[in-house]
Amino acid sequence: MSQTGPPNRPTLGELYRGFLGAGARGFGGTLPWARRMIIEERRWLTEREFIDLFSLCNFLPGPNVSSMSVIIGARFHGPLGSAAALGGLLTVPLITILTLAVLYQRFGQLPGVDAALRGVGAAAAGLVLATGLRMARSIGRTPRVLVFLVIAFVAVAVLRWPLVPVLLGLAPVSVVVAWLGSLAPAWRGRA
Amino acid sequence: MNPLVTIFLRFAVLSLIAVGGVTSILPEVHRVTVDVHHWLTDAEFTQMFAIAQASPGPNMLIVALIGFHVAGLPGALVAAGAICLPSCTLAYLVERLWQRFRGTPLRRAVEAGLAPITIGLMLATGWVVARGAPGTNWTAYAITAVTAAVMFFTRVNPLWLFAAAGALGLLGLV
Repeated sequence: MSQTGPPNRPTLGELYRGFLGAGARGFGGTLPWARRMIIEERRWLTEREFIDLFSLCNFLPGPNVSSMSVIIGARFHGPLGSAAALGGLLTVPLITILTLAVLYQRFGQLPGVDAALRGVGAAAAGLVLATGLRMARSIGRTPRVLVFLVIAFVAVAVLRWPLVPVLLGLAPVSVVVAWLGSLAPAWRGRA
Repeated sequence: MNPLVTIFLRFAVLSLIAVGGVTSILPEVHRVTVDVHHWLTDAEFTQMFAIAQASPGPNMLIVALIGFHVAGLPGALVAAGAICLPSCTLAYLVERLWQRFRGTPLRRAVEAGLAPITIGLMLATGWVVARGAPGTNWTAYAITAVTAAVMFFTRVNPLWLFAAAGALGLLGLV
């Protein structure tokens, strides 16, 4: 489809190393690094294929970069490919975080560490809020979107209801409403 | 029950409902680990969130930290496996099926229906973590608000803000 020619077909080792690099660089989110590696550096997928894959992973459960690594690995090398890609993605983060956990266990009682982490925690909460707001801005402000967004937020953040029943109750209704809305486009975009 | 079994079962179920990534299930992780099992205090939960966010890689690794806190290295590995394997297996299976639905109204409706819920849950996570411990003071809320604003309006690397917030904490202001 694109001018860049057929995507490269990675070996198992290349799958592992490619995702190893993406995982190691992924401060504050692995996805941008994975995209760069997959499309620009190693040319495993075209941009179009990547977007299709991302929208699939977005509604699969689990971290979308992990799902993406599993699917890309599977496309090239079946289950072994999935294992290589996912293993590469998780190697550095897992070692890093376990090292931090040990350090925290040993030094977490120091008042300075505790206080610094309180500050970082507050900032990290802000980053999550900003990401949510950016996403909210990008999907369009129809009444349907706002209603389901607010219901999900209030149920989980304010009422502190358990997630499973909230999701099982809310998701089917939201999907059906979206589907009905697509049948009658005039309903959307008002207000 | 052996805590490792409890960890595995709890996180394996969460793995399958983590639509939109682990951020959307963090309120539930908080409910289970802090309110139900008392594995962590509110403050410890927020600290682990901070550690996970300040590390590279998928932020689902907060469950590895919690597993480590509860049951050491085996706990960390069991937690990471539990949060990964079910959703990854599902991804593998759905991949084949999914190709048939490309461009269909069903696929578009599912995406359009799930997106606002995903975003609502992400905002809920920010809210729950920002509330943190009962003693959270105004400086912490200010840091959250400023970070949210800066990250919303600019493309600054968040690590700078994390470093500044950590410094404020070290100075005893948070």
